[in-house]
Amino acid sequence: MADIAIRAVRKSYGKTPTLHGIDLAFASGEFVVILGPSGCGKSTLLRMIAGLEEITAGEIAINGRVVNRLEPRERGCAMVFQNYALYPHMTVAGNIGYALKVAGVPKAERLRRIEETARIVGLVDYLDRKPAALSGGQRQRVAMARAIIREPSVFLFDEPLSNLDAKLRVTMRAEIRKLHQRLSATSIFVTHDQVEAMTLADKLVVMNKGVVEQVGQPLDIYHRPASIFVASFIGSPAMNLFDAHISVDDACLAFGGTKVAIDKALAARLGERHVTVGIRPEQCVVTSEARGISMKVDFVEELGSGRVVHSELDGHPFAACVDEETLVRPGDRIALELPLAHLHVFDRETGRRIELEFEPRSGRSATKRQMLEAV
Amino acid sequence: MIQRTPFANALTYGVMIFGFLLLIGPFVVIVSGASQTFQQVNSIPFSFLPQDRLLENMSAAWTRASLGTAMLNSFVMASLVTVGKVALSALTAFAIVFFRTPLKGFFFWMVFITLMLPLEVRVVPTYAVAADLFQPVRLLISAVTGFEVSVDWNLLNSYAGLTLPLIATATGTFLYRQFYLTLPDELAEAARMDGSGPIRFFIDMLLPLSRTNMLALTTIMFVYGWNQYLWPLLMVTDPQYKTTMMSLVALLPSDNGTPDWNVTLAGSLIIMLPPLVVVAVLQRWFVRGLVATEK
Ligand SMILES: Nc1ncnc2c1ncn2[C@@H]1O[C@H](COP(=O)(O)OP(=O)(O)OP(=O)(O)O)[C@@H](O)[C@H]1O
Ligand SMILES: [Mg+2]
Repeated sequence: MADIAIRAVRKSYGKTPTLHGIDLAFASGEFVVILGPSGCGKSTLLRMIAGLEEITAGEIAINGRVVNRLEPRERGCAMVFQNYALYPHMTVAGNIGYALKVAGVPKAERLRRIEETARIVGLVDYLDRKPAALSGGQRQRVAMARAIIREPSVFLFDEPLSNLDAKLRVTMRAEIRKLHQRLSATSIFVTHDQVEAMTLADKLVVMNKGVVEQVGQPLDIYHRPASIFVASFIGSPAMNLFDAHISVDDACLAFGGTKVAIDKALAARLGERHVTVGIRPEQCVVTSEARGISMKVDFVEELGSGRVVHSELDGHPFAACVDEETLVRPGDRIALELPLAHLHVFDRETGRRIELEFEPRSGRSATKRQMLEAV
Repeated sequence: MIQRTPFANALTYGVMIFGFLLLIGPFVVIVSGASQTFQQVNSIPFSFLPQDRLLENMSAAWTRASLGTAMLNSFVMASLVTVGKVALSALTAFAIVFFRTPLKGFFFWMVFITLMLPLEVRVVPTYAVAADLFQPVRLLISAVTGFEVSVDWNLLNSYAGLTLPLIATATGTFLYRQFYLTLPDELAEAARMDGSGPIRFFIDMLLPLSRTNMLALTTIMFVYGWNQYLWPLLMVTDPQYKTTMMSLVALLPSDNGTPDWNVTLAGSLIIMLPPLVVVAVLQRWFVRGLVATEK
């Protein structure tokens, strides 16, 4: 158990800055997922916490102790690597027990703890095998066992599931979560898979290009993305984004040849300007021609439980999820209603979120649920 | 893939058999000549059939060239070169690949340059150093204080002199470097996370993983050390430190003496045996270490 504080941490490789000042705090026992596209610096941040990468500026503290100058073994972290990095010449038992061997734990106790750890991850029957004779999932378990046996206060996972097939990934995801509940060590899990991130995280950190875009609980981030990047990165299919104009005089949000009425005071507060508006495909509602925006269907993705209809709005691709009963074919027209409560508005220049509501999280109340009117 | 036709097959076999004969021919001459009597070996035409006098000829050669000491010296020399070279290569490559230091590039190139300077090229300066190791210090002292200090310290007629200059070359370092580079970075990082320091990592991970590599290098270096001729010739004046390659000369019939080539050939056969045994024993590893890395 340990809390982690990351303060103004920067990283440059040579002259190239990679991380531009990261500030994060993780509570003891939390399961943190760091999510971001490839190359955004997730691994770099994780490796700096582990002590494998030098910290260019700023400081990292584990349990209140600044660890910038400490060797990895002194930080109490254990790490599971993406390619597992098992020792190929050692048996499973040798791999699991290596840390104890280095630490000089007597053989009898070592064997006992190897056995105990192998039982947790279900590897007891494989202790004498070499890694080459194991399946991907089993190797993954060895890598986890190797981390568990050290009883670390911090678990670090760098995309540990990305080499597994889809089904095994779901199983291992559940196992990692269960393991976390059992060991209650602080866990930091790096991934670029948003489903993994949403399902595992207590706290989600979304990164992009070396900066933290948003930190919060997965559902909060899903419902209130703090920037255009987060909005488009989280959720599948991705959020629809299109241009709109806020008109103070008409007190409305204008886009796609339609106007959505907004509160007068709100319009006055926001001021006359161009913004980017987003709505999630699953929150579009199919309606009558008279009430919704009519769009031509380009193509339809079948999901079994429903379908995703792809069309265009103001030249921007637009997707909407419809249920099984709604039969549409390419070339048909479909009328969609975009409920104001589900619209996300972002500043066009900075990409940051603009709050439409005065007090957050009351968005579902009936008074604010103004419907879209076709002009 | 080249198409298989009867003609192509015949050509392939023809080339292979030709190459084989070219390689094995001299060896057949040695084996058959070494087992013949004085008359048989000098008869014309030469008979390629082995006879039964091999052991007699060998024992004659053994005493004539005092092969006992020579074999021992060569064995010690080849073994020292092998061990020294393997240890030095494994360690220098370790330093070059796994450590990040500002001067890494500089050292790498210094080592690399020695690849272009085999012993034969730098034999004269190397000899000058080996013959008077104290010279640099003496020059320094006389330059600073004006005193001439006379210290006689050289490596002539010693195992150190025979082996050290042969150990300090870069070939093995490169073999090891290539091998280390094939290991994923995460292996070292995982070991670091498990608490292992660099020395521990070297012993627990690199040594076992590089076993095939090590045996390949052992084979090469043993043969290389055993076959040295020029350097021992320069370093050794004391017959006590003679190596086998030097005693080959003693086996040659003198200009006006009896042309007993059977004894000469028997002697060279003895001299050829140790490297042959080493290659035969280690060849399986040798090929594996050069061709592929163990998964
Ligand atoms: N050793 C290095 N030297 C120079 N640049 C590096 C080094 N390691 C990483 N980088 C750069 O730092 C940036 C962040 O790399 P990092 O590995 O942290 O990305 P990531 O978010 O983990 O991506 P992925 O999801 O693909 O693993 C990348 O642009 C990468 O090119
Ligand atoms: Mg990464």
